[in-house]
Amino acid sequence: MIGGLFIYNHKGEVLISRVYRDDIGRNAVDAFRVNVIHARQQVRSPVTNIARTSFFHVKRSNIWLAVVTKQNVNAAMVFEFLYKMCDVMASYFGKISEENIKNNFVLIYELLDEILDFGYPQNSETGSLKTFITQQGIKGQTKEEQSQITSQVTGQIGWRREGIKYRRNELFLDVLESVNLLMSPQGQVLSAHVSGRVVMKSYLSGMPECKFGMNDKIIIDKAGKGGVTNEAGKSTSGKQSIAIDDCTFNQCVRLSKFDSERSISFIPPDGEYELMRYRTTKDIILPFRVIPLVREVGRTKLEVKVVIKSNFKPSLLAQKIEVRIPTPLNTSGVQVICMKGKAKYKASENAIVWKIKRMAGMKESQISAEIELLPTNDKKKWARPPISMNFEVPFAPSGLKVRYLKVFESKLNYSDHDVIKWVRYIGRSGIYETRC
Amino acid sequence: MPAVSKGDGMRGLAVFISDIRNCKSKEAEIKRINKELANIRSKFKGDKALDGYSKKKYVCKLLFIFLLGHDIDFGHMEAVNLLSSNKYTEKQIGYLFISVLVNSNSELIRLINNAIKNDLSSRNPTFMCLALHCIANVGSREMAEAFAGEIPRILVAGDTMDSVKQSAALCLLRLYKASPDLVLMGEWTSRVVHLLNDQHMGVVTAAISLITCLSSKNPDEFKTCVSLAVSRLSRIVSSASTDLQDYTYYFVPAPWLSCKLLRLLQCYPPPEDGAVKGRLVECLETILNKAQEPPKSKKVQHSNAKNAILFEAISLIIHYDSEPNLLVRACNQLGQFLQHRETNLRYLALESMCTLASSEFSHEAVKTHIETVINALKTERDVSVRQRAADLLYAMCDRSNAKQIVAEMLSYLETADYSIREEMVLKVAILAEKYAVDYSWYVDTILNLIRIAGDYVSEEVWYRVIQIVINRDDVQGYAAKTVFEALQAPACHENMVKVGGYILGEFGNLIAGDPRSSPLVQFNLLHSKFHLCSVPTRALLLSAYIKFINLFPETKATIQEVLRSDSQIRNSDVELQQRAVEYLKLSSIASTDVLATVLEEMPPFPERESSILAKLKKKKGPGAVSVELEDGKERGELNGGGDRGGDAAIAASNASTPSPSADLLGLRSAAPVSGTAPSAGSLLVDVFSEAGPAASSAGVNDDGFLSSAPPSAASEDPAPPLPESDELLNKFVCKNNGVLFENQLLQIGIKSEYRQNLGRMYLFYGNKTSVQFVSFSTIVSCPGELQSQLNVQTKTVEPLVEGGAQVQQVINIECLTDFIDAPLLNIKFRYGGALQNISLKLPVTINKFFQPTEMAAADFFQRWKQLSQPQQEAQKIFKASHGMDTEVLKAKLLGLGTALLENVDPNPENYVCAGVIQTKAQQVGCLLRLEPNAQAQMYRLTLRSSKDTVSQRVCDLLAEQF
Repeated sequence: MIGGLFIYNHKGEVLISRVYRDDIGRNAVDAFRVNVIHARQQVRSPVTNIARTSFFHVKRSNIWLAVVTKQNVNAAMVFEFLYKMCDVMASYFGKISEENIKNNFVLIYELLDEILDFGYPQNSETGSLKTFITQQGIKGQTKEEQSQITSQVTGQIGWRREGIKYRRNELFLDVLESVNLLMSPQGQVLSAHVSGRVVMKSYLSGMPECKFGMNDKIIIDKAGKGGVTNEAGKSTSGKQSIAIDDCTFNQCVRLSKFDSERSISFIPPDGEYELMRYRTTKDIILPFRVIPLVREVGRTKLEVKVVIKSNFKPSLLAQKIEVRIPTPLNTSGVQVICMKGKAKYKASENAIVWKIKRMAGMKESQISAEIELLPTNDKKKWARPPISMNFEVPFAPSGLKVRYLKVFESKLNYSDHDVIKWVRYIGRSGIYETRC
Repeated sequence: MPAVSKGDGMRGLAVFISDIRNCKSKEAEIKRINKELANIRSKFKGDKALDGYSKKKYVCKLLFIFLLGHDIDFGHMEAVNLLSSNKYTEKQIGYLFISVLVNSNSELIRLINNAIKNDLSSRNPTFMCLALHCIANVGSREMAEAFAGEIPRILVAGDTMDSVKQSAALCLLRLYKASPDLVLMGEWTSRVVHLLNDQHMGVVTAAISLITCLSSKNPDEFKTCVSLAVSRLSRIVSSASTDLQDYTYYFVPAPWLSCKLLRLLQCYPPPEDGAVKGRLVECLETILNKAQEPPKSKKVQHSNAKNAILFEAISLIIHYDSEPNLLVRACNQLGQFLQHRETNLRYLALESMCTLASSEFSHEAVKTHIETVINALKTERDVSVRQRAADLLYAMCDRSNAKQIVAEMLSYLETADYSIREEMVLKVAILAEKYAVDYSWYVDTILNLIRIAGDYVSEEVWYRVIQIVINRDDVQGYAAKTVFEALQAPACHENMVKVGGYILGEFGNLIAGDPRSSPLVQFNLLHSKFHLCSVPTRALLLSAYIKFINLFPETKATIQEVLRSDSQIRNSDVELQQRAVEYLKLSSIASTDVLATVLEEMPPFPERESSILAKLKKKKGPGAVSVELEDGKERGELNGGGDRGGDAAIAASNASTPSPSADLLGLRSAAPVSGTAPSAGSLLVDVFSEAGPAASSAGVNDDGFLSSAPPSAASEDPAPPLPESDELLNKFVCKNNGVLFENQLLQIGIKSEYRQNLGRMYLFYGNKTSVQFVSFSTIVSCPGELQSQLNVQTKTVEPLVEGGAQVQQVINIECLTDFIDAPLLNIKFRYGGALQNISLKLPVTINKFFQPTEMAAADFFQRWKQLSQPQQEAQKIFKASHGMDTEVLKAKLLGLGTALLENVDPNPENYVCAGVIQTKAQQVGCLLRLEPNAQAQMYRLTLRSSKDTVSQRVCDLLAEQF
C-alpha cells in the first residue's frame, strides 16, 4: 500500500510530506529528487524504482506529486488516487500551483489524513469531503448534522447526504471527448482512438434514482433483439450505434445492474462529478484532415505547404484551432503566408504555430512557409517530427449520443418531466498528429 | 573595419545569461535557449556581414549554451573567422571556442591550423601566446603533427619574448606527453637545455618542466642540464630573499623553481665532475642550514615553501645515497620534524625516513629516533601517520633492536586500527623470522601474534611457523610445549588450533614424557576444540589424530572410537567423511610398519623465499622494495651506484621471479607424486591416490603432512653426471621448456623459443638452499668449430643469488650454419665457502631451427625424388625404446619442429614430415619418413635433405627419441 506522499515544487523542494508507513524514511524524499526531478536525462516513466522503493509521480504544471511505497501496489490504483487527489485539491483551492499549495498546506494535510488511512485510499468524493473539511473553520454544527456526517461516512451511500432540497431541479450533462490520431503523410490512419468522459452536474432534491441511456451497440442490439422496448430504440435505429471498447463508472453506478441488464442506474452525488469514462476505437469521425507537403530545396531551404480540411456538418463551428508545424533545428529564418488565421514562427519551440479562431465544417484552408536553413557540420538528417493540431468541436467524435436520462424520486413530489436537463457535446483534440 | 565603440561589456550576453539563470524550470530554459539559437542562426545566416563585436558575442553565447550541456552544431566557421581578427578580445573568444568545441573535422582543422600558423609567425607576443595556449589545450595528434616542428623553433629563437617562451615550453610539454613520437628534439636539445640559463625566471620554470619530462625518456641527451641546474640552484639558494623580487614567495626565493630543479637532479646520478658536485653539496647544505634558521615570517605559506624545498632536497640526498654527512644531517632534520606540531610534516618526515633507513649511511642515525617513532605509533591521532610510523619501524628494524620493535608492534597491535592490522601482522611475522636469534623467541612471538590478532593472521603466516618448526630440530620440543600451553586457554583462535594440531601431530611425542601432557591429555585437548572449528581445520585435526595413532599406539582405541562415531564417518562434508573412513581403515588394516612409513614425520621443507614476504609485497606493491634493499645491505652487499633506476630494476626482478618459479616448482612437485604412488602397497594406492595430489600440490598444504607423498622426493633424484651426457640433450630435442638440471643446491629451469634462425633461451637458476650463493657466474661457450656455426650472446647474471631466490638469464642464439655439437654452459658459484662448478650442454640442436612446411602428396614425392643422391639420405633402423603410441609419436614429430603431413604416405601407419632448417647462411629443406613396425617393435627412419651433414645429424637426434 501507499507508504507516503510528497509534493515538490519545480526546484525539488518538498512542499508537503506525509508518511503513512514506517518503511519509508526521510531519505526517500531525497532519492526521488535526485533521481527523478534533478535527473540528468528527463525521466519519462511515471513509475521509478530506486533502491527497492517505488515512486509514482504525476506532474501538474510545475508541481510534482509523488507516491512512495516499498510494497507491490496496484499502480493503476495509485495513479487513480493521485488524479483524484488533484481533483480534490483543485476543487478546494483552484489551480495546483506552488503558491496555492503553500497557502493551503494545513488543508492539504487535513485532506491527506482523510482520504488516505495507513496508506489505504478512503472516501475521496469532493462533495462529501466538503461537508466536513471546510476552509472556513469550524462551524457551529448541530447534533443532527454531526450524526448525519457519521452516517454518511459510514453508511451505504457515502456520496450523498439526505435532505437535499432545490427549488429548481436541474441536471447538466457534458459529453467530453478527446480524439487522438496518428496519420501517415498519404492520409492513412495509423492509429486513432477517442477517450471520453460523461460529466454531470446535478441539483436534485431528495434521493433520486437516475437512469442513463446512450447509443451503446450492445444495449441497442439487446433492445432490438428482445423487443422489450420500442419507444426509443426503434425510432433511433436509423442513427448509428457505437461500439465502446471499455468503460469505467463512478462509484454511485450500480454495477450489478449494468452487468445484468447493461443499464446505467444510480443515485447521483450532489454537485459535479464524473459519471463514466469510456474509450472507442471504431468508426471515429475525424474532425480535421491535415495534408502536408514538404519539399527540400537544396541544403539551405525547405518549402512547407499544409492544407487542413474540416470534415463535419457545415452548420457546426470548430474553435481554437491551432496547427503546429515543426521546423528543423538549424532554421535561420521563416516566411509564412496563410489565407486564414494567424501564423507565426516560434523559435523557442522550434515550430510554426498557426492559429484559427473559428472554422465551419466542410471548409478548407492552407498555409505555406519557406524555411531557410543554416548549413551545419552535422550530417544528421532532420527527423521530421509530425505536425500536430489542437481544436475544439461541438460534437462527439466517437458518435456517442445520449438517448435518455430519467430521474425517479418516489418520496418527493417531482417527476422526470419537472427536471430541467441540459446536454452538451464537446470534442477536443488529444494527440492529433499527421506525419510529414 | 566598422568603428564599434560598444566596449567589451557584451550586454546581450549578460542579459542572456541572467535570463537563463532566472528560468524556473528546465522547460523554460530550453525554450529560452531555442529562441536564442534561432536568433543566432538568423544572424549568422543574415546576408549582411556581422561586425567582429557581434560575432564575438554570438560565439560567446554559443559557448555558454554548449557548456550548459546542449549540442552546438554551427558557429564553428564564425569562431574560426574570429581567429583572424586583430582585436585581442575577439581572437581570445575564437580560440576559447576552438579549444572547447573543436572536433576532428578535417576542413575546419585546416583553417584553424592556418590561423594558428599566422599567429605563431606574427610578431605580436599576445597573439602567439593565445595560439600556443590553444595548441596546448587541444593537444590533439593533428595539432602535434602540424606544430611539433614549429614550437621548438619559437622556444629557442633569440628574439622571442619571455612570456611566449614560457608558453611555448609548456605547450611543447603538453604535445610531448600526448604524442611523444612526434616531438623530436634532436638539434634543439642543447639550446633547450641552455634555457636554464635564461634571465627570466618564468622561462626557466617552464623550461625545467619540459626538460624533466624529456630527460626522463632519454636521459643521455640531456645530461648537460645537470651542471646548469646545479649552478642555477646555487644562485637561487645563495640569493637573499629580496634578490629575485617577483619570484620571492613569502621570503623564500623561487620555491617552485627550486623544487623543480631538485626534482630534475633526481633523474640523474650524482654529478661526476668534482666542482659541480661540490657546488651541489654546498647548495644542499645551505638548504639544510636554512631550515635551522628562525622563520622570517609566521605565515604558514612561508614555512610550507621552505619545507617543500627541504623535503625535495632530502629526497635528492636519499637518491644520491653517497654523502654520509648529508644523509645524517637530513636524518637529524627529519628527526626534528617528527615532533613538529604540524601533522603533515610528521607524516612526510616519517615517510622520508623510511627511505633513509634503507641507506647504510643513515641507518644508524635513523635508529636513534626509535623512541620518538614508537611514541608516534602509540599516540598519533591520525591513522595514516600511525601507518607510516609502523612502516618506519619495520624499515629501521635490524638484529640489534628487533626484539624491542617486535614487542612494541605486538603491543600496539592490540589497539591498532582495523585497516592496518593485517599488514602489521605480516610485518611482525617477517621481522620475527628475519631477526630471530633463537627460534623459541620466534615461536613465542608468532603464537602471541595469533593470540592477539588471530583474525588477521593469514594462512601464510602460520604456514611459515610450521615450515620453520619442521626445518629446525632444536625448536620442535619447545614449540610443542608452547603450543600445548597455548591451547589450554579456554578460547583459542582457530589459527592457533591449526598450528597446535599440526605441531602436536608431528612432535607431540617430544612432550609426551611429561604426565601433564601425556598423549591422551594432548588428544583430549585437541579434540575439545574440534567441534568449534571450521571444516578445513577439522580435516587437519583428523590428520593429526591419525598421526597420533602412529606416535602413540596407546591412543589408538580412543581415536578409532572418535573416527568411528557417526559425526565423523557419516559427516555430511565429503572431505571429512572420506578422511574419517580412510584413516579408520588405515589404522585398523595396516601393520605398524606400514603405518610408521606412511605417517612418518614430515621431511624438511625446501627453503625458499618466505611466502609472507611475497604476500606483503602483493599487498603493498612497490613500497616493499625498501625492505628488500635493506635486506641486501644487511648481508654486507651493497649495490653501489644507488641510482633510482637500479632500484626499480631490482624491484621488478623481485616482483617477477615468483611467477616462473612457481611454474617450475609446480611442475616438479606434481611429478614425484604420480611416480611414487604406484610403488606403494596396493591398499595404500587406493587410500592415497586421491589424497596424494591434493596434498602435495602446494608447497605446504595445510594438511599435506602425510609422508607418503614427500615433496622432497624430487630432490633425491641423482644429479645427472655432468658434461659427458647427451641424455640431457635428448630430453630437449622435442620440447622447449622444462627442468634442465637439478641437484641439492641448484635447479635450472629452461624456457626457449625459436623463430627462423634466431632463438632466445631463458634460464632460471633457482637457489634451493636458504643460504645465498656468492660470486655466481655463468659462461656459455661454443667449443671448436661450433664457434663459427652458432652465435651465442648472453646477458650476465647478478653475482649474488639469495637463498630460495631465483635469477633469470637470457641467452640469444643465432644459427649461422648447420651444426652438430651443442654449446656448453658453465656455472660457478660459492656455496658456504666451497666452490661449485657445473658444466652442462645447452639443449640447442639443429632441429630447433626447423620451419614447418606444408605440402601436398604429389609435391612431397617430387621433392623426395629430387633428393635421391646417396649422401643426401640418412637412414636408421632401430628398436623402439618406448611404446609405439601414435599420439605420442605425432607429438614428438611435431615437437621436432617439422610439419606432420597427413595423407601423403600410401601406408597410413607411416609418418611423413617436411621442414626447412633456417640458418643465416642457407636454408636446408628436409624431408622425413618414419615407418614403424608394430610386430617387430622396430622403426625405420629415413631423412633426406639438401645437405648431407644435416640429414645425418637430424637422423641421429631423432633416433634417440623413439
